[in-house]
Amino acid sequence: MVGIRTHDLRKVYNSAPPLAAGGTFAFSTARGKKAPKNEIVALNGLSLNISSGEIFGLLGPNGAGKSTTVGILTTRVRPTEGQAWIGEHEVWREQVAVKRLIGVVAQRPNLDFSLTAREILLFHGAYFGLDSRARAERADELLDRFKLRERAEQMVRGFSGGMMHRLSIARAMMHDPQILFLDEPSAGLDPQTRLLLWEIIREYNQRGKTILLTTHNLEEADALCQRLAIIDHGRNIAMGTPSELKASVPGGFVLRLRFGRQSPELLQRLQGLAGVREVRAHEVASSAGKRGADAGLSDINSIDVYADRGGSLISEIANLASAASVELCDVHISEPSLENLFLHHTGRSMRE
Amino acid sequence: MNWKTFLALLGRDAHVARRNFIPLLLQTFLQPMMFVFIFGRVMVSSGYMPAAYKSLLLPGIMAISMVFTGVWAVAMPLIAEFQFTREIEDRLLAPIEISWLAIEKVIFGTLQALVAGLAVIPMAWLLLRPVEFNLHSPLSFAFVTLLVALFSSCGGLALGCSVDQAHIGLMFSMVLTPMIFFGCTYYPWSALAHFPILQKIVLVNPLVYASEGLRGTLVPQFPHLSLLAVLVALTLFDVALLGVGLRQFHSKAVS
Repeated sequence: MVGIRTHDLRKVYNSAPPLAAGGTFAFSTARGKKAPKNEIVALNGLSLNISSGEIFGLLGPNGAGKSTTVGILTTRVRPTEGQAWIGEHEVWREQVAVKRLIGVVAQRPNLDFSLTAREILLFHGAYFGLDSRARAERADELLDRFKLRERAEQMVRGFSGGMMHRLSIARAMMHDPQILFLDEPSAGLDPQTRLLLWEIIREYNQRGKTILLTTHNLEEADALCQRLAIIDHGRNIAMGTPSELKASVPGGFVLRLRFGRQSPELLQRLQGLAGVREVRAHEVASSAGKRGADAGLSDINSIDVYADRGGSLISEIANLASAASVELCDVHISEPSLENLFLHHTGRSMRE
Repeated sequence: MNWKTFLALLGRDAHVARRNFIPLLLQTFLQPMMFVFIFGRVMVSSGYMPAAYKSLLLPGIMAISMVFTGVWAVAMPLIAEFQFTREIEDRLLAPIEISWLAIEKVIFGTLQALVAGLAVIPMAWLLLRPVEFNLHSPLSFAFVTLLVALFSSCGGLALGCSVDQAHIGLMFSMVLTPMIFFGCTYYPWSALAHFPILQKIVLVNPLVYASEGLRGTLVPQFPHLSLLAVLVALTLFDVALLGVGLRQFHSKAVS
């Protein structure tokens, strides 16, 4: 039984990070002689403590630092500061011992194109010192489990994306690792394959294995993970079980409103409505607003209302707006969800 | 060091080479064969070249064949696997220090370069009969050949981890081609005596020592650099290229 720990991890890339470790862009203001012009801070003091036997999810938007975290924990990224442990082994110092304990499924397929599906599994087993009989048995078992038996003797070049993904996961399980890392496991999978994958992950976990997965899919995080950390801009902004996290959002419901113009008076009245816990106006100068991609949504006239009821508030809000002669342009109600939690902590939606 | 893993990595490369045996064979031998035929047979039998040129040419062809094979065998897979297909990631996660993966590539490339180089001798003998070579010291020949093979695969490692996928063509036209033409492959180093500056400059080209070393051990009747100079230079190039190659490999493998 092996757990995962990180302490104050920081990763700064001096140039664009590799695709596998999508980083968030933050331009350094340091003007020191040696300071590079554009540093990219991917992780900014991330501490995690994942117990053995847990399915743990790192949830966050693209560029939050999830893949960099996985990269550091799997020996592929050198932390700028801080430490990471797999079990008792410090990852950067004891790489070989760590590599024996982990199985890794990368975000992008990285199968060996010179080999057939079965050979990929057999050679992977050989790298981990399995004898030929154990290799063959385990490979057959996994090919069956992942429904790849019929294509086992074919080169993987012609495989569909979903098949490559399944084979990558089978390969990561080939040496029966204590910890399985899955970077965006169900990205690009059809719903049926996604369910198969979830089932396999749960099954593997029931054998006492620890699983760390990253996702920006809230449904997946909610359905699969026993605990979650929400990551944004390289920091851990909230951690707990999915239900604990959802309960931490004031009221649970979020009404995103857009008005024709700004009105401080209206803002105050909204606060006074029964069931409203918190009202937040978007600031135009928020770091999110600057970054272009989400400028269209989080403009100055948007207001988020956190409340313990949803639809029944709309008519009251509409009345307040017309009384203040402000046009109500857009309304979006969301029920208690991780999405709202993300919104609550970061001031922006995960999809923005 | 974990031998099981290391042997499995070698096994994987051997398996892939076996699968690609025919293309590999053509890629390795077609060019030297055509060289031997045109320069050694057509040019000589038509009288444009003296008969002795056949023997002078042999070590040069051998050096070219080894360098091409070694560089190709190590650099091309690395360029593709690091950049485009990321195939190498699975092996980087094998339970062994990642430097051993680079060394495994070098060993495999060295073996391929040795095969490619040694196969030139029977091929030349078949196509060029009679060709005079005089293997007066088999040990020094073996030593030089090994150093040349190592130089080609270490060079492959250094190039493969430094060259971007988009610049493969440039690597051949800017690095390998000038190296071959200024590498004393088609002529002995002493033939550059009329171009004294060029004669000094080409000494930075490791292929000069490779061709001259093979010339000195295989056809010593022609002028050649001293064996000691060749051994020292090739050893230095091998160590330097391996060092650069390993460093570049690490910077590619770990971000």
